[in-house]
Amino acid sequence: MAETLATLQGVSRVYQKGKERVDVLHELDLEINTGDFLALMGPSGSGKTTLLNLLGGLDKPTAGTVNVGGAILSSMSNSQLSNWRATHVGFIFQFYNLLPVLTARKNVELPLLLTNMSAKERSRRAEIALDIVGLADRASHRPRELSGGQEQRVAIARAIVSDPQLLLCDEPTGDLDRATADEILKLLQTLNAEHGKTIIMVTHDAQAADYARRTLHMDKGKLEARTTA
Amino acid sequence: MKFLNQAIAVTLLNLRNLPQRAGGSVVAVVGVAAVVLVFAAVLSMATGFERTMLLAGSDDTAIVLRSGSTAELNSGLSNDQALIIANAPGILRDGDSPVASFELYVVVDVAKRSTGDQANVPLRGVQAFAIDLRHNVKISEGRMFEEGKNELVVGRAAQSEFAGLDIGNEIRFGQTSWTVVGTFEADGSVSESELWTDLRVLQAMYNRGSSVQSVRVRLLTPESIKELSDALADDPRVDVDVLSEKDYYAGQAGPLSQFIKIVGYPLTILMAIGAVFGALNSMYASVSVRGKEIATLRALGFGPFSVLISTIVESTLLSLIGGIIGGALAFAVFNGFRVSTLNGASFSQVVFDFAVTPDLLAQGLLAALIIGLVGGLFPAIHAARLPVAQALREL
Repeated sequence: MAETLATLQGVSRVYQKGKERVDVLHELDLEINTGDFLALMGPSGSGKTTLLNLLGGLDKPTAGTVNVGGAILSSMSNSQLSNWRATHVGFIFQFYNLLPVLTARKNVELPLLLTNMSAKERSRRAEIALDIVGLADRASHRPRELSGGQEQRVAIARAIVSDPQLLLCDEPTGDLDRATADEILKLLQTLNAEHGKTIIMVTHDAQAADYARRTLHMDKGKLEARTTA
Repeated sequence: MKFLNQAIAVTLLNLRNLPQRAGGSVVAVVGVAAVVLVFAAVLSMATGFERTMLLAGSDDTAIVLRSGSTAELNSGLSNDQALIIANAPGILRDGDSPVASFELYVVVDVAKRSTGDQANVPLRGVQAFAIDLRHNVKISEGRMFEEGKNELVVGRAAQSEFAGLDIGNEIRFGQTSWTVVGTFEADGSVSESELWTDLRVLQAMYNRGSSVQSVRVRLLTPESIKELSDALADDPRVDVDVLSEKDYYAGQAGPLSQFIKIVGYPLTILMAIGAVFGALNSMYASVSVRGKEIATLRALGFGPFSVLISTIVESTLLSLIGGIIGGALAFAVFNGFRVSTLNGASFSQVVFDFAVTPDLLAQGLLAALIIGLVGGLFPAIHAARLPVAQALREL
């Protein structure tokens, strides 16, 4: 039986926009197993990204508990959350969020700057991560010298370089053409199947969701009953 | 240590990004450069004037004036009183003669080279020991005037600032014609603004009889001034003030340099406030442009402290660059810039050079540093508090 990696219990997230109260997530319960590849689908504003942010320690719930790998994120300080993110989670964004002044290798090394690793060791690990995503020969290129798909591969290398258990992907193929998107999704599948990474992916794209082991549908801050396996 | 490494890493990243934000950065740099330029330029006037006055003063030379006189111009001593002063205790002697010079100080009109306007220039009647009494005075060109003749030696600064004072020139003051026979230098001190002639000739030409306005004496030691002062205070034949030359010139420099400082510092503070707003504006823009980078780094696990430090370092660095540019410009344009102005105390022109000193430049850089820190602090706090999830969503 698979081990539970993340548990959300009674999680609500309310934003205050002036006098208006916006209920983004409403008393949500969810369990995610280690090694899962979960796609989160739903219309805009349904709370997918908010849920992803809560699981990544980028945001805190208004109510309820978020437990990831035994860490109660909902009760951590911002500083504790920063430290936790550095070692436990990798983020993959729709627009890659690479730093334009750094080479691919240096971008990948970024999370390792938060460790006590030597520069040589950081460089070695970055090379390995770039090799995994098939971009070892582009290590010295800057983001503007890479295609969109290559940039996203660098971003994936950056997400896995510190060997986190959990990868959180927010529309990782939203800015890519179909063929390139399929390559990225296959890469995510490989990371899930061969490297044991637990992946949670927010997407609007049903074809992208097909690469996941299961898909959860959200609407108006709640998980819908239908789950696609 | 981990915090420090993070701060260094984010700061270096931030600085590498600076060329992409060149526009805003240049505005901040120029604002601070202007502050330091104006600060150094205005105060270099005061510094130059003070330096010119103080260079002329020595601790081992005393100047004796009629009691209550604020300057040589409103002092007056009879020849008998001057002899009593010169023979008082505490004064160095050369054989039987005291090392002293009785001096008369009048003001003559000479045209400025630059504008042709008439200006008050000091003409000093001196005795043989006048040059020995002033450590830094030497005849640099031509010769010393001869006693009993209408001859002048002129200070180097006066010669460069005023017309008709070249060696060999004849110049008229009132009904009298004078010949310039030599030039003297005095390390740029106030003495260089003067014209010198024989005391007895000047007394005769200006109908002053045998009276003088000051007696300048070389003390045995700087401490001997008390012995001299006490002796003259106890002598009922004279009623005088005894000042070290250094104190005398410090007093002369005070009012004008104070006035310049009173104008200069508030002007600098006002401009600095403007520059702080410039830096604030630039740094808020920088934080806004860096929003994606900051949010990404925070998502990767970099702490708010490193973001705060990187923003403050950027602001401070830009300000220091501005400060260095402003200081360098001030030095290049104003240091050594020669002007003459009326010294209210002596009612005559003092020629002096603007002096952009290391101390002034250090003060300018300190001002730049403060502008950078204040201008960067609030944007830095804003950057550090940026809600990561919200910032990522808005990108």
